[in-house]
Amino acid sequence: MKTLEELRAIREKMQGQISIRREDVDRAYDSASESAAVAEDAPKYRSHVLVCGGTGCTSSGSVQIMKVLQEEIDKNGLRDEVCVVQTGCHGLCALGPIMIVYPDATFYSMVKEEDIPEIVSEHLKDGRPVTRLLYSETVTDDGIKSLSDTNFYKHQHRIALRNCGVINPENIEEYIGTGGYQALGKVLTEMTPDDVIQTMLDSGLRGRGGAGFPTGLKWKFAKANDADQKYVCCNADEGDPGAFMDRSVLEGDPHVVLEAMAIAGYAIGATQGYIYVRAEYPIAVSRLIIAIEQAKEYGMLGEDIFGTGFNFNIGLRLGAGAFVCGEETALMTSIEGKRGEPRPRPPFPALKGLFQKPTILNNVETLANVPQIIVNGPEWFASMGTEKSKGTKVFALGGKIKNTGLVEVPMGTTLRQVIEDIGGGIPNGKKFKAAQTGGPSGGCIPAEHFDIPIDYDNLISIGSMMGSGGLIVMDEDNCMVDIAKFFLEFTVDESCGKCTPCRVGTKRLYEILDKITKGQGTLEDLDKREELCYYIKENSLCGLGQTAPNPVLSTLRYFKDEYIAHVVDKKCPAGVCKALLSYVIDADKCKGCTLCARTCPNGAIEGKVKETHVIRQDKCIKCGACMEKCRFGAISKK
Amino acid sequence: MASNKIPFAGSKEQEAALMQIISEHKDDPGCLMPILQKAQDIYGYLPIEVQTMIADELHIPLEKVYGVVTFYAQFSLYPKGRYKVSVCLGTACYVKGSGDIFNKLQELLGIGSGECTPDGKFSLEACRCIGACGLAPVLTVNDEVYGRLTVDDVEGILQKYA
Amino acid sequence: METVNIKINGMAVAAPKGSTILEAARYAGIDIPTLCYLKDINAIGACRICVVEVKGARSLVASCVYPINEGMEVWTNSPKVLNSRKRTLQLIISNHDRKCLSCVRSGNCELQKLCKDLHVDDEAYYDGEKTHYAIDDSAAHMYRDNNKCILCRRCSAVCENVQGIGVIGPNERGFKTNISSAFYMGLGETSCVSCGQCIAVCPTGALSEKDCTDKVLEAINDPSKHVIVQTAPAVRAGLGEAFGYPIGTNVEGKMVAALRRIGFDKVFDTDFAADLTIMEEATEFLDRVQNGGVLPLITSCSPGWIKYCEHYFPDMTENLSSCKSPQQMFGATAKTYYAEKMGIDPKDIVMVSVMPCTAKKFEIGRDNQNAAGVPDVDISITTRELARLIERVGLNFSLLPDEEFDAPLGMSTGAAVIFGATGGVMEAALRTAVWKLTGETSDSPVEFTEVRGVAGIKEATYNVAGMDVKVAVASGLKNAKELLEKVKSGEAEYHFIEIMGCPGGCVNGGGQPQVPASVRNFTDIRALRAKALYDADAAMPVRKSHENAAVKELYDTYLGAPGSHKAHEILHTTYVKRKIHEI
Repeated sequence: MKTLEELRAIREKMQGQISIRREDVDRAYDSASESAAVAEDAPKYRSHVLVCGGTGCTSSGSVQIMKVLQEEIDKNGLRDEVCVVQTGCHGLCALGPIMIVYPDATFYSMVKEEDIPEIVSEHLKDGRPVTRLLYSETVTDDGIKSLSDTNFYKHQHRIALRNCGVINPENIEEYIGTGGYQALGKVLTEMTPDDVIQTMLDSGLRGRGGAGFPTGLKWKFAKANDADQKYVCCNADEGDPGAFMDRSVLEGDPHVVLEAMAIAGYAIGATQGYIYVRAEYPIAVSRLIIAIEQAKEYGMLGEDIFGTGFNFNIGLRLGAGAFVCGEETALMTSIEGKRGEPRPRPPFPALKGLFQKPTILNNVETLANVPQIIVNGPEWFASMGTEKSKGTKVFALGGKIKNTGLVEVPMGTTLRQVIEDIGGGIPNGKKFKAAQTGGPSGGCIPAEHFDIPIDYDNLISIGSMMGSGGLIVMDEDNCMVDIAKFFLEFTVDESCGKCTPCRVGTKRLYEILDKITKGQGTLEDLDKREELCYYIKENSLCGLGQTAPNPVLSTLRYFKDEYIAHVVDKKCPAGVCKALLSYVIDADKCKGCTLCARTCPNGAIEGKVKETHVIRQDKCIKCGACMEKCRFGAISKK
Repeated sequence: MASNKIPFAGSKEQEAALMQIISEHKDDPGCLMPILQKAQDIYGYLPIEVQTMIADELHIPLEKVYGVVTFYAQFSLYPKGRYKVSVCLGTACYVKGSGDIFNKLQELLGIGSGECTPDGKFSLEACRCIGACGLAPVLTVNDEVYGRLTVDDVEGILQKYA
Repeated sequence: METVNIKINGMAVAAPKGSTILEAARYAGIDIPTLCYLKDINAIGACRICVVEVKGARSLVASCVYPINEGMEVWTNSPKVLNSRKRTLQLIISNHDRKCLSCVRSGNCELQKLCKDLHVDDEAYYDGEKTHYAIDDSAAHMYRDNNKCILCRRCSAVCENVQGIGVIGPNERGFKTNISSAFYMGLGETSCVSCGQCIAVCPTGALSEKDCTDKVLEAINDPSKHVIVQTAPAVRAGLGEAFGYPIGTNVEGKMVAALRRIGFDKVFDTDFAADLTIMEEATEFLDRVQNGGVLPLITSCSPGWIKYCEHYFPDMTENLSSCKSPQQMFGATAKTYYAEKMGIDPKDIVMVSVMPCTAKKFEIGRDNQNAAGVPDVDISITTRELARLIERVGLNFSLLPDEEFDAPLGMSTGAAVIFGATGGVMEAALRTAVWKLTGETSDSPVEFTEVRGVAGIKEATYNVAGMDVKVAVASGLKNAKELLEKVKSGEAEYHFIEIMGCPGGCVNGGGQPQVPASVRNFTDIRALRAKALYDADAAMPVRKSHENAAVKELYDTYLGAPGSHKAHEILHTTYVKRKIHEI
């Protein structure tokens, strides 16, 4: 077990190591009293090469890259000069595998195994960056820009993600080196539980997982209820399709979650915590296991932490593929080993939660803010963001956007800044249609709200919600009726089946949408659908059902004309709904080459050589193969 | 009964491993889920024989175990193929056309979602977001991830495992 | 009592602290409709029929589980509420087999009534894909038709939480959620004990006993058969409910009249066999006490309990009394003693029993229940089926005269009639056992009130002839389990235990008329029905089994003494050891 002095010694030793990777002076932790030590401990290596080991980059081969990199470094005799660090996610997943060379912060993207020898000999050995392999935006006439000067990064402000992509998540000392566990030390030795709760209240931190409930208030309620046992739970069951910020934090900076949970435990009087994490995140799970082990070994978890008499342990529970377990009561029911069905509230978890004991549940990103709020003070945090939404928010950019990946921006940043400045806009010159936030519980934001500052209340006022922060961009090729149907299908699949409105209501709602996309919808269906939406919202047992109609209601609000087109004109303007499409051959452009007829899998195209071909609509299965093959652009879909 | 389809072929070693897991966890509150997850690691699926062992050891009704197993998508009552092909139908992948990829796989393998080819080689399933949205659309074969896919890539990927 | 002041529909209401909105509304004379909620059994807020508006709440709330607090303002009948309830019903019936006309519950279906009350004018409004399930007829006692299930989960709650069995429960999820056994096994393949509590709480026709009324009529209409009927003690305390009588009305006289008019050749009373059971069981008890037999002795009247014991406590089957249940003793006596006396070939006797119980349908098919070489009992119907028979043959129940059972097997004592309530068998046995132990004096005590009442577990110690006789009574199988585990661990020690499978005993048996949740949630039907039996006992001239003249005659002229070899051959049986999960 480490004492506070030993913790400080590790921090000072490691700070020298890690400072090489931080371009920005570490505002958060290098307070005047402690920064002096940094200079004394000179970096051991002259260069650090960071390779992303997040899920995105691992999927594109970063593990092999790292192996080859180490081999090449050894071959070139650089073992004592250059170290390779496997980090968590950097955010720019679209460009993976990613590699960053410090101290100059040069950024290699989409690295291939065969490029490694050149990078090592040219750059690491001889100091000449291989510009052709660098992220193109960083290569300018004035030389090479550092990563933090790119459009993707320069607008960001990283709090929750501050260590992601910077430290080795499997080494607790690197976390300590960035100031880790300092907040826990401060809380245990200098603050009362009430102080901690007041700090959280003053910071204005709201839950990052869904509804945005004030975190401090949640803790306050749980503290007020006396019990022989209380629990701190971490919701890492990130279920919104298209959101992966929690996964990135767990993969890139697992200790921040452990530290925050211990702080929360101290605040409410709990000695046991549980992290409920998706089993679909194997890397996050393995890093959490390592982190918990190391934290126990270093005495940051366990009995008598820092000799203060405070005990706190954390258990890991794996989800098993049920979206509803992101709902707080369902998550607790699932940890109890049962079907993950929500329970009616009240009683609220602060009174009767896990195993019927007072419990708080915070999501990963929420917790990732906690230690820094403790160290820097609530005013620091409250100085960022909007009036009612403080701090920053992480968004997972996906869909039709150039820079898919993870970004963290202050609350109040506009959608335009996120999508255009950071995300690089829509690829292929297509037109922006909508951004979907909040996953299956959220809604679509149309172009008319492009300049709205993003915060909890603004999103709700325009019919969407923050949710966990998935932000999926859609362009003119996406059909909004189809998107609404997609989300409803998800909800129908993931409904737990306990309450009637969700179990049967969402199914019926889906059926109506399906009918519309098949061109069988009527105007009465549109009314019935809207009425059913409000009914489901008002009558469902839990948040899943209460928000399930949102994707339908928001598309109805902003894209009613598309629904009308499907129902009245029997057309899908975006050309997505197959039943409403027809492929036709333009007689003026057709040369009669017969390629399309030969390509058609169903023999639906007729025509003689050098004569105009015709598609028989009754036989066409709308696969689009003919259109792809036509060399004259004679085939189009309507 | 579901388990009649495929004869149960659990070994003594597997049973010993399961019993070991159960005895390690049985006193933890809420131990059923972790035990089921480990049991599925041991056997590959959760047939009635395995669920009954767990129910008997934990002194809970078999129906309770079955209710939990059938609630969570990750638990399987049937053996999976040697190669588990899983297509992400999360939002980010879906808007980039993973639905077409899934259809192509069904066509090529001749099986539907949740099914296994008769030779036991491939099983196919749709999954929700694996968090590799930056590479959308993606599919996985066992632990291997394939990203930035087009429909035309699918056949080549399957051939790797042929 | 601390009260909380709230407003319901604008009116001030004071209700005890801790009440739910549903309970508080009752004080204001408002019955909020419910479907999934069942007091003390199922409080999950799932069906959403009971939703109300609460000022300040984001959505409608389920009044069945929502606690009141000071100053709360509630609306139970606003347009939004009424419309929501109607929509909920329309959604439920969009996936419900709506063959109401041929449904066993037609006329007393809670779903049907709600649809009427809430003005569901278009039953097909939300029609879409429907789920289809095969009907499970694998068990001896019941059908499960999931096509009529509305997923209220009352059945699985009573099975798991009250009976501690849990052979049915929710499986799958979302639209595919259904109540079934593991791996869709038939109930008959599981450790279901046939108690029928699930049927008693089912609001629709999804769960029903296997109706044997056709078989009964067939037998009656067969001139070659001598068809006799016996009615269990609890039937007379429940049957009236099917004809509009208040809960707890004893309709013995009209029941006898009805059975006679249905066409039974003789109308007898299981109570006769209850007295007989006491003679055998008291003898067995004293024998075990005096000769070092296995103790505690546990009663064997309840076939649900017997099957439970065989599955869950197979190592305690030696503790079970070897006495057949009263139903079976009656049948065995009828087909031996009575047949001989009347000169009828037992093969020509059709023994019908009317029971408050569904497990009796299972029991008649058990091994070693055929004293005359033919089954002791041929057809066992429930109280509900008897009510159906009465309606079918066109009897106006309330206009029937009160009539008496036929002799000799219709003669009984007060000790027998209380068999239908938890503690009744114990009390009846004590009346005789104490009499025997204290030298067969005429002033031995009659009432043993410590073992009365609806508590799940009751204990008492009686000092009899210098010996402390420790007894315990449990009803409901979860309570039985709790009690037996104490016995097994040595934490508690008893000489004699009465166990009934259903909570409250046979008066609350799985074959009794279904009482809708709207009544059950505010009434303890167990206590009301039991009172009818205790009142009957108090009014009887003879209240101890050993004073039953017909029973005495049976021993004197046919069986010899209680516990004799012949008595054993006819009146005793054997048990099997089963497993919980047999796959």
